[in-house]
Amino acid sequence: MADRHLAPDTPELRARWGNFAWTPEHVEAAQAIIARYPEGRQRSAVMGLLDLAQRQVGAETQTQGWLPIPVMEFVARELDMPAIRVVEVATFYTMYNLVPVGRFHVQICRTTPCWLRGSDAILSACKARGMSKGHTTADGLFTLTEVECMGNCSSAPMFQINDDNYEDLTADTAGHILDELAAGRTPKVGTQLPGRHTVEPLGGPTTLTEMVDANHDYRGEW
Amino acid sequence: MLADRDRIFTNLYGYQSWHLADAQARGDWDNTKALLAQGQDHIIQEMKDSGLRGRGGAGFPTGMKWSFMPKESKDGRPSFLVINADESEPGSCKDREILRHDPHKLIEGALVAGFAMRARAAYIYIRGEYIREAEVMLAAIKEAYDAGLIGKNACGSGYDYDVFVHRGAGAYICGEETAMLESLEGKKGQPRLKPPFPAGAGLYGCPTTVNNVESIAVAPTILRRGAAWFAGFGAKGNSGTKLFQISGHVEKPCVVEEAMSIPFRELIEKHCGGIRGGWDNLLCVIPGGSSVPLVPAAQIIDAAMDFDGLKAVGSGLGTAAVIVMDKSTDVVEAIARLSHFYMHESCGQCTPCREGTGWMYRIMERLRSGEADVGEIDMLQQLTKQVEGHTICALGDAAAWPIQGLIRHYRPELERRIADNVREAAE
Repeated sequence: MADRHLAPDTPELRARWGNFAWTPEHVEAAQAIIARYPEGRQRSAVMGLLDLAQRQVGAETQTQGWLPIPVMEFVARELDMPAIRVVEVATFYTMYNLVPVGRFHVQICRTTPCWLRGSDAILSACKARGMSKGHTTADGLFTLTEVECMGNCSSAPMFQINDDNYEDLTADTAGHILDELAAGRTPKVGTQLPGRHTVEPLGGPTTLTEMVDANHDYRGEW
Repeated sequence: MLADRDRIFTNLYGYQSWHLADAQARGDWDNTKALLAQGQDHIIQEMKDSGLRGRGGAGFPTGMKWSFMPKESKDGRPSFLVINADESEPGSCKDREILRHDPHKLIEGALVAGFAMRARAAYIYIRGEYIREAEVMLAAIKEAYDAGLIGKNACGSGYDYDVFVHRGAGAYICGEETAMLESLEGKKGQPRLKPPFPAGAGLYGCPTTVNNVESIAVAPTILRRGAAWFAGFGAKGNSGTKLFQISGHVEKPCVVEEAMSIPFRELIEKHCGGIRGGWDNLLCVIPGGSSVPLVPAAQIIDAAMDFDGLKAVGSGLGTAAVIVMDKSTDVVEAIARLSHFYMHESCGQCTPCREGTGWMYRIMERLRSGEADVGEIDMLQQLTKQVEGHTICALGDAAAWPIQGLIRHYRPELERRIADNVREAAE
């Protein structure tokens, strides 16, 4: 998208991130990613390595993480790729953060299925807590982004915060989740409806009811 | 209605564990060696006879697709299977449940499908936002390797087969098969022109088949129970069982496995608790994910939910992502929001899509508020016709169709808004 911009390449940025290198754990993780692809095709690992690098930056900054240009250049060296090819990938895919984000990246879906189930109210609940789209709150805790369909349409509306999905939201439950995170606690992930497990109809599945309480083997009935 | 014994995805809702031992107790990996022993050509024929049509939206016959792969490598190039788990079509939320609750069905499917098409390995391309789902898949694959089910001498069959996960990072366009191949190769997900088709020149220029998660995951059960069993469900040419995903204004949105060709009314009554506010409150439905046109209430209520039944009412089954809208819906805003989606997701490569999706969205927004000239309705229709069929990939068509459906069925509403706006401006 045309509104994705790289963070400016300044001497301060270089000073902070110019020496980026994998942690020992990430050396192994990076090798495991590269090993998924045939010999000589290590460029295929660029997406996985950018995600790993973003997470490492996140760990170092106590945020979800982002990709400063020197880190992209590091990935390019690791994969023997021109840096511009890495920058192309980082700017193309929306999950790569090109500027710093907060500790919690609140990604709210407003595509039509979520919108039909009330995503506008969830957005309002976020705004009521001082969040605005594309910005991070002054305390550095929350970055709010509107994202496109997240594939949770039968448990809408929802938002994804860092690695977890919170579904079947109401303005109240959405606010509660944000408050819990701000207080350093870990709210329940997944559906926020007490009577629901995952994506069965609320109130209980209309099919495969034997599976609720036992690992039923239907082969006997074939 | 489908009986539970004929449902394939028995752990659909994840009440039980996805781990190997539990999956095996449900029937996964049951003597897979014997399935492979049926032979590569026999497996392909069985899949053809089952009538399975691709579950990723296009509905192309799966067995036929597998038969396009070379039976042997004349030039040393290996073949690949790529499993499309990029599920990003608004309304679609079924592959997620397979990945996180029944991953071993997919891994076993990857093996039998890959074996049949003489592939060296499978890459499961999982959309980046499915983070926990990818964690489950990685762990399940490790279980399968550790148990000797995949890898060298998979299941003791003598066939070597690898399965890898590749994670996306936020791009709907990577669900397009050639964009997926570009992404797998470490590039921007910008589609290729076809021909050449992936079976001729795909991943790394090698023969490749790209199949949807659901299409691959049902293969072992089809091979175990027989093509005739699968073909016994659904109308002719629309075989089998299907994961339906119902969202929007029903009492109980859900994902459910049902027989193909189930009437819309029955699907909603049996599993979703009916329409919010009653059947008289139904406005319209998008039956197959945002890329198919909407169908007004009167035409959808008794329609058969399958490829041909929905084509007959001017729409399509797509992924069976059923988006239901009741009379409280601002249908123009609903479609405008989809136009925003396509604009956001355009990869930018070709002019009709890159520029056209932007224009379609901006005009839709003007029609939503009514601050438009009535001539813009026909202009927008013309614009959709200039995009449709003139782009490198189907995203252009997909962006055009929802708008065409809106104009076809709700032109009076669009005109009313404009007239109201003119009247208010005059007051």
